[in-house]
Amino acid sequence: MPEFLLDGRSVPFEPGQTVMEAAIAAGIYIPHLCWHPAFEPHGSCKLCTVDIDGRPASACTRPAEAGMQVTSGSEALRRLRLRLTQMLFVEGNHFCPSCEKSGDCELQAMGYYLGMTDNHYPHFYPRRELDASHPDILLDRDRCIFCELCVRASRKEGKSVFALAGRGPQTRLVINSPSGRLGDSELDAGDEAAGICPVGAIVRRNTAYRVPIGQRRYDLAGIDEESLARERPLLGRADGPTED
Amino acid sequence: MDRPKIRIATTSLAGCFGCHMSFLDIDERLLELTRMADFDRSPLTDIKQLGRCDIGIIEGGVCNAENVEVLRQFRERCTHLVAIGACAINGGIPALRNRYPLEACLEEAYLRGEGLHQPAIPDDPELPPLLEKVLPVHEVVQVDYTIPGCPPSADAIWSVLCALLAGREPELPRPLIHYD
Amino acid sequence: MPDATEIARDAIARHGTAPVQLLAVLHEIQRRYHGIPRAAMEVVARAFGRSVAEVEGVIGFYSFLHERPHGEYAISFSDCPVDRFLGQDELIERLCRQLGVAPGQVRDDGRVSVETTSCTGLCDQGPALLVNGRAIPALDPGRIDTIAGLIEQRRPLEQWPGAWFRVEHGIRHPGPLLEAPEQPGKALELALELGPAGVLERIERSGLRGRGGAGYPTALKWRYCREAPGEHHVVCNADEGEPGTFKDRELLRLRTGDLVEGMTLAAFVTGAREGFLYLRAEYGFLAAELEQHIAERRSAGLLGHTILGREGFDFDLHLVTGAGAYVCGEESALLNSIEGRRGTPRNRPPYPVTAGLWGRPTVVNNVESYIAACRIVLQGAEWFTRHGTERSRGTKLLSISGDCARPGIYELPFGTPVGEVLELCDAGEPVGVQVGGPSGTFIAPPEFARRIAYEDLSTGGAFMVFGPDRDPVAIAAQFSHFFAHESCGFCTPCRVGTALQQRLMERICGGRGTVADLQELEQLAGLMRQASHCGLGHTAANPVSDTLARYPEYYQARLQGAALQPQPGRPPADSRKEVARDA
Ligand SMILES: Cc1cc2nc3c(=O)[nH]c(=O)nc-3n(C[C@H](O)[C@H](O)[C@H](O)COP(=O)(O)O)c2cc1C
Ligand code: SF4
Ligand code: SF4
Ligand code: SF4
Ligand code: FES
Repeated sequence: MPEFLLDGRSVPFEPGQTVMEAAIAAGIYIPHLCWHPAFEPHGSCKLCTVDIDGRPASACTRPAEAGMQVTSGSEALRRLRLRLTQMLFVEGNHFCPSCEKSGDCELQAMGYYLGMTDNHYPHFYPRRELDASHPDILLDRDRCIFCELCVRASRKEGKSVFALAGRGPQTRLVINSPSGRLGDSELDAGDEAAGICPVGAIVRRNTAYRVPIGQRRYDLAGIDEESLARERPLLGRADGPTED
Repeated sequence: MDRPKIRIATTSLAGCFGCHMSFLDIDERLLELTRMADFDRSPLTDIKQLGRCDIGIIEGGVCNAENVEVLRQFRERCTHLVAIGACAINGGIPALRNRYPLEACLEEAYLRGEGLHQPAIPDDPELPPLLEKVLPVHEVVQVDYTIPGCPPSADAIWSVLCALLAGREPELPRPLIHYD
Repeated sequence: MPDATEIARDAIARHGTAPVQLLAVLHEIQRRYHGIPRAAMEVVARAFGRSVAEVEGVIGFYSFLHERPHGEYAISFSDCPVDRFLGQDELIERLCRQLGVAPGQVRDDGRVSVETTSCTGLCDQGPALLVNGRAIPALDPGRIDTIAGLIEQRRPLEQWPGAWFRVEHGIRHPGPLLEAPEQPGKALELALELGPAGVLERIERSGLRGRGGAGYPTALKWRYCREAPGEHHVVCNADEGEPGTFKDRELLRLRTGDLVEGMTLAAFVTGAREGFLYLRAEYGFLAAELEQHIAERRSAGLLGHTILGREGFDFDLHLVTGAGAYVCGEESALLNSIEGRRGTPRNRPPYPVTAGLWGRPTVVNNVESYIAACRIVLQGAEWFTRHGTERSRGTKLLSISGDCARPGIYELPFGTPVGEVLELCDAGEPVGVQVGGPSGTFIAPPEFARRIAYEDLSTGGAFMVFGPDRDPVAIAAQFSHFFAHESCGFCTPCRVGTALQQRLMERICGGRGTVADLQELEQLAGLMRQASHCGLGHTAANPVSDTLARYPEYYQARLQGAALQPQPGRPPADSRKEVARDA
């Protein structure tokens, strides 16, 4: 198998694999929020930014090549990822103490992983619409980070319930239903799209406090260990673009 | 002891005093703390005037003109400013009002709210004017250290204080970083 | 007025439901109904086999499409520093006052809305506005008053003075490319003799590099595409969204034949049978002429089946009009836009030459590149290499605007020093020049010996001159607004970074900035450059970091007193898209 170097360790890969896939397969965590092993890569959050042969690149979209020199674990990249995470915090309305996802949230866990103790930037406090029209699922746009995982999951399920609209800082998640509301869409609580959101933007109702704060996923393990344990077995499930 | 004692001041701006309660949760370590430090202005001492201090601890965000004044005074008189808790760091629960115009919030609370007796928006001149938005502390003054959490655990607060008292750069270990 | 769904059905009947027609259909609904309400979206979604949410996503992406109706007269003023120098702000205020409408709002009776839009490419004859997509340059207070009157009288645009809509060519300094007479079909005849390899060889020898700004060798692009398997496409990038650039506007009119012939040559080399010309919506006034030209070439046997009688040489060309999004000038975003999607840039690799339109190998080139390619085939590589430098062959069209006596289009050999350009356009002693538009380089007088060339100052053609009284900080602030407005929002560093940068610059311009803010700006610049997904984010901090480096004293003068304290401030509202949302 061809190999590349990641932080000094050699990582074997199958041709066609991305740097991210090869790294996770080899048990090396590269931070990511919009990447998920079961879906085609998106490349938008940029948490996976690494240095490849002296140039920045997104590990989740860059095909692995033999002999690449990849750096992911440097202090400079930790700082970059910290700033990106802080950007995601200030552009939305993230009030973890009042969020049912707290403790299970990947954005929050990323903050923990990166040693983030404040949000650094000025807050935007955007006004975004809450959609509580669905009996089993809540959509709180305040916490959306535009990773499009729900969009991809729902498209793969053949329902295409979600899409992004707007542009730039005005980007927003919209719903495929006559009224534009979730309650009138085809989304079911059992859908993968209803459970894929890495943050507390799409949450299944009446499940929130079953596990108490303090005993949740990322209260018990760091996002690095947790991600490897959960996502490594799923590798190879992605079956390329799933349009139409 | 040859060193002069460290002076600490604390205040709660737009917060719920939860962070101060958590501070008190350091329990018997308070005794250790009082051996090394004296408290200046603080709800714990009920001292109202702020003197020169080494460490200023701010709970809560900034929601009115008085908050701004107190905070600026803390910045001027404290060598190290520590923002403590979600509200100080991102505005927290009080900042939930930020997405609505201030007028609309006041009307909702004082004119249209339920169970109101003689609805009227308070306008006593004693009341400090509200800011259009509740701001985190770092958007008003330079902040040196932050302790996240709602509230931060006593251990987290103790960890940062110990580092500062020892003249070390505080660094919260991962298990002590929480936003909830 | 007919119902929006009727209009939608009508538009669909006219344009069909091929994905490339989506924007055309949406444009028509927007034009006739002034907005695209949900009911119309549903009709469109069903016809195109897309979800309503996707159609909503497309509409929301483009500045010229709106869900909530705009005014019957939708007015957008060009928001570009150069237009603002010419008194744009006062004109906006004057028109709004006369019409009784707030900027960014629709008047209560729905008659009129007034807003600003990114540079419309008329900076050499500004101030300019678009009314229902049609450009009116050379505004002055008198004309504004008349416009207000015409709107109050509800006069159709057809009855407005025709002369107002005339856009001058503005050619100030023609060179070999602009002077050579067109010889329709001649380059194709030669190509048939040379064969695809011969054409490629000629272009390769000429050293032609892309004129859109990035400077990629054109022959290499064509070769990679030719070698990639499958059906191919040829696309012309006529999006020309870089503020201060307007040379394609004139090439599209004055060198249409060479352009189409250049594209046909690319098709000949790559074997493409279908091409697209992606025209920015602001140049909608050129569409009819372009369509007509394409039709004429079809009748002349220069487009369509069996071109010049050569069996198997088939190539046809379609016009696609954008809808107001600077990022769609980025080639992969442009391809998404042609496919009727949101114009977000794609992940690369793969590059368009191997996976472009509908995943097929695609050549994307700038207008000027195709024209140069055509002339090179006609006149030979040596004719081309006679001008320019070793690494930058040929001439470059510059769009000169701003504080100079002779703004307009100049064709100059690569390697020309900035100082010489300034003399040609009679610029006096400027404080600085923005070469290549906001995504390019802002240079100060000590650098006026630098040259226009890929190896020094690379430019897609913009050359904005700022006179001695202009404030580089204010200019950088305006450009930071531009980038925040045009960021597509796909990736975190640019979506959030451009908005943060804009806020910081506003704070500094408002006299509330601190030294810490300057440091933050520098850090933000590094972060956007390093982590952004496409060229927009990579360059979005250029005006700020260039001016920070060259004009520190201008920044220092703007900072608030000694105190290092950030001040409470309200985040600025982006007024532009607001009409559709909060009105
Ligand atoms: C944000 C952005 C905007 C761009 N706008 C244009 C444009 O308006 N016209 C253009 O020709 N190239 C533009 N480009 C460059 C194109 O991506 C591409 O490089 C070019 O069309 C290739 O043609 P060329 O090789 O002939 O220059 C833009 C790039 C970026 C990143
Ligand atoms: S989504 Fe995550 S980061 Fe946002 S408020 Fe909820 S727990 Fe906090
Ligand atoms: S709702 Fe959740 S999954 Fe969907 S784009 Fe937003 S953050 Fe991602
Ligand atoms: S850099 Fe900006 S324009 Fe480019 S993809 Fe990212 S958000 Fe979009
Ligand atoms: S994980 Fe790679 S960009 Fe999001």
